[in-house]
Amino acid sequence: MARMKFLCDSERCIECNGCVTACKNEHDVPWGVNRRRVVTLEDGVPGEKSISVACMHCTDAPCSAVCPVDCFYTTDDGIVLHDKDLCIGCGYCFYACPFGAPQYPQKEAFGVRGKMDKCTFCAGGPPADNSEQEIEKYGRNRIAEGKLPLCAEMCSTKALLAGDGDMVADIYRERIMKRGTRPQSWGWEKAYQEDV
Amino acid sequence: MSESQARGKPAKLSRRVKAMLWSMLVIAVGAMVAPLAGYVYAASAQAQEQKAEEANPRAEYWREVRQGTAGYTAVTGQETGVLVQSGGQVWREVRNGPVTTLGAIMVVGMIVALVVFQVTKGGAKLEHRTGRTVLRWPMFDRVLHWYTAILFIILAITGLSLLWGRYALIPIMGAEGFAAWANFAKPVHDYLALFFTAGLVVMVVKWFKHNVFEAQDRQWFKQLGGFFDGSHPPAGFCNAGEKAYYWLLVVGGFAIVASGFFLLFPNLGFEREAMQIANVVHGIGSLVVITAVCAHIYLGTLGSEGALEGMVSGEVDEGWAKQHHNLWLDEVKKHGQAHGEGESSGRSAPASA
Ligand code: SF4
Ligand code: SF4
Repeated sequence: MARMKFLCDSERCIECNGCVTACKNEHDVPWGVNRRRVVTLEDGVPGEKSISVACMHCTDAPCSAVCPVDCFYTTDDGIVLHDKDLCIGCGYCFYACPFGAPQYPQKEAFGVRGKMDKCTFCAGGPPADNSEQEIEKYGRNRIAEGKLPLCAEMCSTKALLAGDGDMVADIYRERIMKRGTRPQSWGWEKAYQEDV
Repeated sequence: MSESQARGKPAKLSRRVKAMLWSMLVIAVGAMVAPLAGYVYAASAQAQEQKAEEANPRAEYWREVRQGTAGYTAVTGQETGVLVQSGGQVWREVRNGPVTTLGAIMVVGMIVALVVFQVTKGGAKLEHRTGRTVLRWPMFDRVLHWYTAILFIILAITGLSLLWGRYALIPIMGAEGFAAWANFAKPVHDYLALFFTAGLVVMVVKWFKHNVFEAQDRQWFKQLGGFFDGSHPPAGFCNAGEKAYYWLLVVGGFAIVASGFFLLFPNLGFEREAMQIANVVHGIGSLVVITAVCAHIYLGTLGSEGALEGMVSGEVDEGWAKQHHNLWLDEVKKHGQAHGEGESSGRSAPASA
């Protein structure tokens, strides 16, 4: 079975925010919630680096480990999903996640946050594939249709790669070889406890 | 009871008991401090990683990323510019590790110890019931006590549900059942926290005057309150143990309330690191206080015959007062029947004689 992973090639990302827009549009993500974001380091300085980040679908996911209601599950493809019907909006997954992936529709006094929302690797959630309920709560389920996440599909420079971890690593390794640089498979160490 | 009589006996007997209590204290303090070692470990691990990468010219970026230096992002919101927040991993390990497990050992250990004590030794019997009573807790104090006590128990149950429910309740209630409970417990915990805080503050202020340590308290500690040898060390309105409990509530209560404030107001913009630390402080503080409250509940009921009456009717038997709070009883007698509080209740003590 494929093990799905994201990889953002910081040598290629041009900070166009196409992935962010693609995600928001595809899943009709509520106002104020961004499942994906692009961060630029040393912005405006020659050699600046940009990285697109969302949930990395970690091996041994920290979010899942701390959730009081144990509402996360990892699919056979290694995608980390959660059940919004169980979520109590405690914020713990957000405290534990290294990548700031979990998001909340509200942020009010008395710990009122609403149900957590995060990147699903375009794989929806517990309801039936692409049922009205699934789309409403989790967005479209492209994986069920045999498609890969839209953010990576739409990436104009193919900086953002999504798919089977081995294939993603092969593509990236080939690039590194051509460039003659050292690999910077951003976030892999943290998310998957391994590098390319 | 003469003091020398009380002092002579327990000196030898108590050495072992004292060693035991000290080691229990050391373990309890250790359990509180040990989790924090995680932060030290994380810091040193980070320092090592840095050294390893100094040879790489690109390393500067990734080091910054790992240290959580914020970059620019078009996405608005809190900390959105931070790519990696490493503290979450430490928090996860501390919370899921020592806070959850040592906390359970501490609370369950206390309950087991109390049961063992009750079974083997039994609580202090009321030696001589006189039938005359003294006013100990005026109405206001009693209402205050039960108000805060009931809120505390609700907060403890709802709070512990979030900490232990995943291990203890999901297997029983099922994921849906527990989620329904947790969904109810969380807001209850959040809102009642305010009312509890009010009760705690009034309590701490109102009962401060009873809880200033005095000369005779040294004696009480030396005899370990007489729990193990049945002696009756001298005590005023509050004995030294009760004073220690009061100060634990002051310190622990402050830690719980202050850390809870952070967790309660995500809208005030506290960052993740603050929330992680607040959560750990909240957990440790609560577990320590819950452990102490277990002991308090025992000592107020089975552990000391005649004590509960004081918190229910307000009146305690003179025999009980003499046995446990002799100095206070002397005081009360000296000032006529004004009950230790200094406010006249209008009800004279030997009413039921
Ligand atoms: S990136 Fe965050 S939300 Fe996604 S699996 Fe890892 S810890 Fe969970
Ligand atoms: S916010 Fe929801 S998903 Fe996240 S830890 Fe809390 S209950 Fe679990």
